[in-house]
Amino acid sequence: MTEMPSTTRRVVDVPEGAWVRCDGCAAMIYRRLLEENLRVCPECGHHYRIDARTRIRQLNDADTFEEFLSDLESSDPLEFEDRLPYKERLAELKDKSGEHEAIVVGKGFVKGRPVIMGVMNPMFIMGSMGAVVGEKVAAAAERAIAEDLPLVMVTCSGGARMMEGMVSLVQMAKTAAAIAKLDEAGGLYIVVMTDPTTAGVAASFAFLGDFTLAEPGAQIGFAGPRVIANTIKTTLPKGFQTAEFMLEHGYIDRIVRRKDLRSEIARLIDYCNK
Amino acid sequence: MSSRPSVSEPQMNHSKYLLEFEKPIAKMEQEIQRLESSQVESGRDYADIIKSIRDQLTAALREAYGNLTPWENVLVARHPRRPLMRDYIRMLCRDFCELHGDRQCADDKAIVCGFARLAGQRVMLIGHHKGRDTREKIESNFGCAHPDGYRKAMRAMKLAEKFHVPIVSLVDTPGAYPGVESEERGIACAIAVNLMEMSRLKTPIVACVIGEGGSGGALGIAVADQVAVMQHAYYSVISPEGCAAILWKSGEHAPKAAKALRLTPEDLLRLKLIDAIVPEPLGGAHRDPEATGKNLETWIGRSLRELKRPKVETIVRRRYERLRHIGSFHESVAADNPTKVSKTRSRRRQPAARVITAAQS
Repeated sequence: MTEMPSTTRRVVDVPEGAWVRCDGCAAMIYRRLLEENLRVCPECGHHYRIDARTRIRQLNDADTFEEFLSDLESSDPLEFEDRLPYKERLAELKDKSGEHEAIVVGKGFVKGRPVIMGVMNPMFIMGSMGAVVGEKVAAAAERAIAEDLPLVMVTCSGGARMMEGMVSLVQMAKTAAAIAKLDEAGGLYIVVMTDPTTAGVAASFAFLGDFTLAEPGAQIGFAGPRVIANTIKTTLPKGFQTAEFMLEHGYIDRIVRRKDLRSEIARLIDYCNK
Repeated sequence: MSSRPSVSEPQMNHSKYLLEFEKPIAKMEQEIQRLESSQVESGRDYADIIKSIRDQLTAALREAYGNLTPWENVLVARHPRRPLMRDYIRMLCRDFCELHGDRQCADDKAIVCGFARLAGQRVMLIGHHKGRDTREKIESNFGCAHPDGYRKAMRAMKLAEKFHVPIVSLVDTPGAYPGVESEERGIACAIAVNLMEMSRLKTPIVACVIGEGGSGGALGIAVADQVAVMQHAYYSVISPEGCAAILWKSGEHAPKAAKALRLTPEDLLRLKLIDAIVPEPLGGAHRDPEATGKNLETWIGRSLRELKRPKVETIVRRRYERLRHIGSFHESVAADNPTKVSKTRSRRRQPAARVITAAQS
């Protein structure tokens, strides 16, 4: 269940160079145009994965986002080691990405409306959830209750983080319990599912939103596609485990293009009178 | 259902289900059996020889089962003769009243639910059932539940809450069913809802992993006030094979992954992720299902009694606190002194974790 979706299928970031070939339609696109278009292909509408800081800039009013719990780091409870010790992996990632963990949480403003927001980072072990992600999600829910603000979670994750073993798995229950508290307090919880939202994160706080929005084409599901293909011994139907598939089967409310996310979030906040 | 073999019957006849490290043990068991039968036929007395082989057998079992590697432990947890949910129902429950269906689309046989009288109490019993014979295994997808199973379990748990009956959950699954229909009917959503609702159900919940505790599919019925894992069961975020395939790029490294994942009950207890280990008889649950069942019943009885005293509001509050404090992390300090840890948290404050002692067997 914690299979990480292949990063070769869709690159995490837009490749270097003035011109890039779109992963969606193979058209050559001028890089600056892609950036101006929120990293969505102007030709085919392919939504690139984006890092948490870029996402926060895109969604929040300029210079309003205040991060909290920014320094939490994993204590490596298992002293996990595969081909590389987990501690080294974390240190390397920290150097490379400048991030401490796979989620950024804080208070921001969406079209003037104050919100508590969490944004997951695909650059950090595929946005996987260990103890720190679990803690920050729970803390964000508690902050939303304390300040009586809507909670907006932008999910992007391959699932629970293997390197923290059962500590990771139990974060699913912890985040779900925190969302239950928010629900009981009458708080508004909006989830924006982006590519990918799968496994342990999908099966916990991501699928517990009062409202669930998703970006077009985002991979959303529980089990890894290869695992499913192995089980059923046949190829998977086209469009399986996409946002569109989830919409058709009744598991998300709306598919929203990146450029419309701000106004859609603001609209829901207004309808809920929050 | 009546075609299912009774668990106590096969006892010695598990030669075709031997794990590699059990082979010398099986030889001795066969030898004892042979001597016993020839003793009857020939009228001679082999008691001394039998006793000496029995002593060797006990020593060999102690040797093998006292030093199981995490991977061997996983193999014991998956042993084809290991007692299953329905075996425990038969052994431990009086008057089991099974409840079927999720009231939405199906009755998933991978999860069994119903009222039972167990350990001297009325309980709502839920649990994964892997299936004993081929027909049962196929019906229950080898214990891999669809969303329907999780919704059925939630329905049963809501009834338990409504009628103030405690919930006993027995976990034994490789994981939720990875299939197209499972995804179409929202497996992620079904598990997420169970996690959320179980965190606030106003009735005591105790859960024990009796075999395989396979990731989200296991946790989906295992959010509880008291959590135990049987001595040779395991509980993991991902199967060792799956982990090896991703991190070592080959499923063959499963033994390495099993070790790294800290999935054995001892590790989980040490990490304060579970409250107790339910002991198994020497040589594993499959060697003596009845004794295993008694140990399980002892743990369930004790855990439920402990949860009888506090008010249900207190129980629910403690359940939340317990979940809220699971995790291990620290705040990073200045980059020049990355080793300094300013804050760590471990999950449990109280009550202290413990191992219950083996019932005499």
